[in-house]
Amino acid sequence: MTTIGVTRTTLLKDLLMEWRSKDAINSMLFFALLVVVIFSFAFNPTAEESRRIAGGLIWVAFLFAAVVALNQTWARELRNQVLDAYRVSPAPPNALFLAKAIGNFFFVVVLEALMAPLFVVFYDLRSVGPVWQLIVVALLGTWALVVNGTFFAALSIRTRSREIMLPLILFPISIPALLAMVDATTSILTGEASPDFWIKMLAVYDVVFTAVCLLLFESVLNAE
Amino acid sequence: MTGSSDLSSSPAIVLDNLVKFFGRFAAIRGISASFAPGRLYVVLGDNGAGKSTLLRMVAGLMEPSQGSFTLLGTKNHRKVAHRVGYMGHAPLLYDELSGMENLRYFAGLYGLDDDTVCRKAMQMVGLDPELSRRIGQYSQGMRQRLSLARAVLHDPELILLDEPFSNVDVHSAREMAAVLGRVRDKGKTIFVVTHQATLMEGVADEFVHMAAGQIVSREEAVRKAALSNAEWTPR
Repeated sequence: MTTIGVTRTTLLKDLLMEWRSKDAINSMLFFALLVVVIFSFAFNPTAEESRRIAGGLIWVAFLFAAVVALNQTWARELRNQVLDAYRVSPAPPNALFLAKAIGNFFFVVVLEALMAPLFVVFYDLRSVGPVWQLIVVALLGTWALVVNGTFFAALSIRTRSREIMLPLILFPISIPALLAMVDATTSILTGEASPDFWIKMLAVYDVVFTAVCLLLFESVLNAE
Repeated sequence: MTGSSDLSSSPAIVLDNLVKFFGRFAAIRGISASFAPGRLYVVLGDNGAGKSTLLRMVAGLMEPSQGSFTLLGTKNHRKVAHRVGYMGHAPLLYDELSGMENLRYFAGLYGLDDDTVCRKAMQMVGLDPELSRRIGQYSQGMRQRLSLARAVLHDPELILLDEPFSNVDVHSAREMAAVLGRVRDKGKTIFVVTHQATLMEGVADEFVHMAAGQIVSREEAVRKAALSNAEWTPR
């Protein structure tokens, strides 16, 4: 019953269930695809303009798509009240949170990997800065979105209109992370400035919010 | 109130002036009681009597508004979570997984990674471990039985069952009652909340009657040995 053991067991269970249903990944993909296509028709940017707006565009698309998946994170646990079975067990509450957050991280990273080539094609994107920095920003930014998203999705599971509650709570708290993601991405794509500050800010944001979420999750799980 | 038998060993549960409010409504109104280990208690009462609320509090799913309770000798309920099994009103199972996949996952939460435990639990409730169907395609009765298997998977000392016979046919319900009798005979303490008291006649040790959030009476039951020897036909 170690935290790592239960996290692994829960994560594998979630991946198996998602593999069978494909609920989260399908809805995320469909949503992100729509955003990419609609924005490309709406703006029809040149390569230079694309580099300037792509940072915002990419992260807004991923943020909205991630919310679709995050809303479903706890839905399976609420059906048949399965969450009660976890709560009465001696398994550590944080293991459940970590498994959900890592699972969501995996789903959103898969989405980003699938959508990245489409962004390149639709917006004629060429990065002036090093591409590996984009990968660092993507990983740190994605964790920032899912760690808070998973936590606030858990917080809103007992509310009546949780699909609306999640973005209402998540978006304001994600503003510093979103700002860092967008500016870091734009800096790398245009090559006009160093993204170091924004990457460091994202890393700090991740550490702080992961710690806070882990500290508070047990209270959220057992709230009546 | 005190359970009349087995007073030599420490009680499995001691309730001390337990109160539970939902807003201004008192669902549990100052229950003080003690329950001896190794006995099968059947909790009866009308809808809204507070049976399920009491069971959920003891299971650790709700905090009492006032009062406290001791579970298996401790007030730190997390400490004894691995010694308690709980079966809720809902099945507490994943529809998208098969019976064995469900049990494997829940066994993992108790630190058990041996498939034999899951197989035995499924066989105990008369389900075939090889059944690859997902729970979503099970009948209500099969779900209830799998839910019972999940609750007793880790061989708990204290088993709390909320309406285990709902949606179960009479034959299966009698078999379930017999299984509970056999589990009790192994020294486990069992609480069954039910409206079907007749099913538990001959198996139960004590009937606990609740009304308006209080325990109004407790009566000793007569046990029949024959019922406990009944076999479950696997399906």
